[in-house]
Amino acid sequence: MNHTLSDIQVMTKRNLVKFVRIPQLIIFSTIQPVMMLLLFTYVFGGAIKTGTDEYINYLLPGILVQTVLFGAMMTGIGLVDDLSRGMIDRFRSLPMARSAVLAGRTITDLIRNLFTVGLMTVVGLLIGFRIDHGIFNFLSAVALITLFGFAFSWVSAAIGLAVKTPETAQVAGFIWVFPLAFGSSIFVPVEGMSSVIGTFAEYNPITYTVDTVRALTLGLPVGNNIWFSLAWIFGIMIIFVPLAINRYRAIS
Amino acid sequence: MSNHPLISYVEEARWRGMSNKQILDSLISAGWQVHDLTNVFLDHIEIFHEPITTESKENIVTVRNISKIYNKTIKALDNISLDVKRGSVTALLGPNGAGKTTLVRILATLLTPEHGSARVAGFDIIRDAQKLRSVIGLAGQYAAVDESLTGRENLEMVGRLYHLSALSARQRAEELLQQFDLDDAGDRILKTYSGGMRRRLDLAASLVVRPQILFLDEPTTGLDPRGRFALWHVIRELVKDGTTVLLTTQYMEEADQLANKIFVIDRGSIIAQGTADELKKQVGGDVLELHVADRSFINEAVGVITQFGNEVPHINEDTNIITMAVTGGTSVLVDVVRKFDVANIKINDIVLRRPSLDDVFLTLTGHTAE
Ligand SMILES: Nc1ncnc2c1ncn2[C@@H]1O[C@H](COP(=O)(O)OP(=O)(O)OP(=O)(O)O)[C@@H](O)[C@H]1O
Ligand SMILES: [Mg+2]
Repeated sequence: MNHTLSDIQVMTKRNLVKFVRIPQLIIFSTIQPVMMLLLFTYVFGGAIKTGTDEYINYLLPGILVQTVLFGAMMTGIGLVDDLSRGMIDRFRSLPMARSAVLAGRTITDLIRNLFTVGLMTVVGLLIGFRIDHGIFNFLSAVALITLFGFAFSWVSAAIGLAVKTPETAQVAGFIWVFPLAFGSSIFVPVEGMSSVIGTFAEYNPITYTVDTVRALTLGLPVGNNIWFSLAWIFGIMIIFVPLAINRYRAIS
Repeated sequence: MSNHPLISYVEEARWRGMSNKQILDSLISAGWQVHDLTNVFLDHIEIFHEPITTESKENIVTVRNISKIYNKTIKALDNISLDVKRGSVTALLGPNGAGKTTLVRILATLLTPEHGSARVAGFDIIRDAQKLRSVIGLAGQYAAVDESLTGRENLEMVGRLYHLSALSARQRAEELLQQFDLDDAGDRILKTYSGGMRRRLDLAASLVVRPQILFLDEPTTGLDPRGRFALWHVIRELVKDGTTVLLTTQYMEEADQLANKIFVIDRGSIIAQGTADELKKQVGGDVLELHVADRSFINEAVGVITQFGNEVPHINEDTNIITMAVTGGTSVLVDVVRKFDVANIKINDIVLRRPSLDDVFLTLTGHTAE
């Protein structure tokens, strides 16, 4: 058991090396949210009424959550990639901790998400985003965002290990994420949505998380949103961590 | 799981003196599927293991009555039993889909059989899987090496996952790179490696801890003759140093060259076993091989030679080559040529040769291996 931590460390390092060696992986997963950020700020921004001063201050928290959510979907794809290349077989034939492959992968994606959040924040600052309400508030927001991404990494891992082929993992990973992302308060306030979608959006874990992050960065009261957000995050982990581990054990 | 009704049933049945086989049979006749049972008993799977009584020090692998059924329908292994002697090279020889990979994966703890038991290096493959993993090496059918790492990093990573210290892992990686002639390429990313280099690195990765037994699944498939020869050399060196090797192959020549003992597998069962020579003797005598000049001669030629052999000739219609086991030595050759002359059958070539393992396979199964 004392080897578990070192196994996880070895796996994480190995996964991170890949991101450094193949920078396209990070660049492409960053370009998309940057484009969204620019598009919404400059094209739709003027038309969207949010009640805040500058739309960018409203939008960036949403985009950050969306970025880690999409980034989390890479977890399953990465695992299936290892599976189809026979790497998982290699790992399973070694006396390493069985949890290390999954833990190493999700931790890698957490680190990568942290990096993209930093990058997106810099882009945001360049086009007018302001951290006016204390660095502590902002860092708390970042912590919540990465935790949110971490939880969804396990969802993605469970899905990936269930479908087992890279192409299917790609589709199965994103197909439910898009409606989830757009039926939330990422881009526009829930109040303006039609009643069915509005109700969906209201209870959406993304909305609770985005609203919390927004409150923190805009200096508004956080209210109960943070508890609902954390409840969702831990609820998801309680279900999907064992599910993913189970699926990993069942690989043959 | 321990209070599952089946478990108490099994415990009681054992207490009444029923053997595992009897218990399993009674459950199956009560309508349980073997597959369901193993799912239920994943943690208790040893309940269904036949005790291995013939285990001896000299055998590093003992397999007893192993069956593997994929998706409840595909019977990949059908009641296989075999022993592997410590220090030997043992070959599993069989065509595509014979079940070679399945057996290797079971012995390397990657798959659980539906029935039967096996011990490797003194460890039960299911109960002691984690301990077993630290004394085996596996090079699978497809090289499992990390594309975005260098050769050296790959080996160091594996060493660390075997829980060597960082320093030992580094030293071992260096040794292996030299041994496998990869020291020049050691710091290059694998994307630039050729297929043969990847294979060698994969093999090196399976040797990081000097395993007691090395499983090689089709180690030379996809290599050119030179690469194949080099790999044979490496395997022989390993055996000299005391490693036991269990390899699979589709190539008769490879089994012939390397193995002290060959198990011929076809459709999930062992259909023959022995040394290469013993297997060749099963064909009996020599093999007459003739190449007729045109396919129109095939039927006539077969008619002529049948009287010299003790079995039906095998005909390859694509190559116009006919083979048949014969006894009677070179005089057969002379007689056949004479009769062909008389009957005006044109041939390109005729030889009498010692049987190859291909012939053995043909004799045993009635079909060719490839
Ligand atoms: N994961 C799987 N799911 C379902 N069927 C499988 C699976 N793996 C193998 N099989 C089937 O089991 C049988 C034995 O396969 P196996 O891979 O063990 O053969 P093999 O002797 O290694 O063949 P090859 O020389 O082609 O590698 C085949 O019929 C194959 O189709
Ligand atoms: Mg195979």
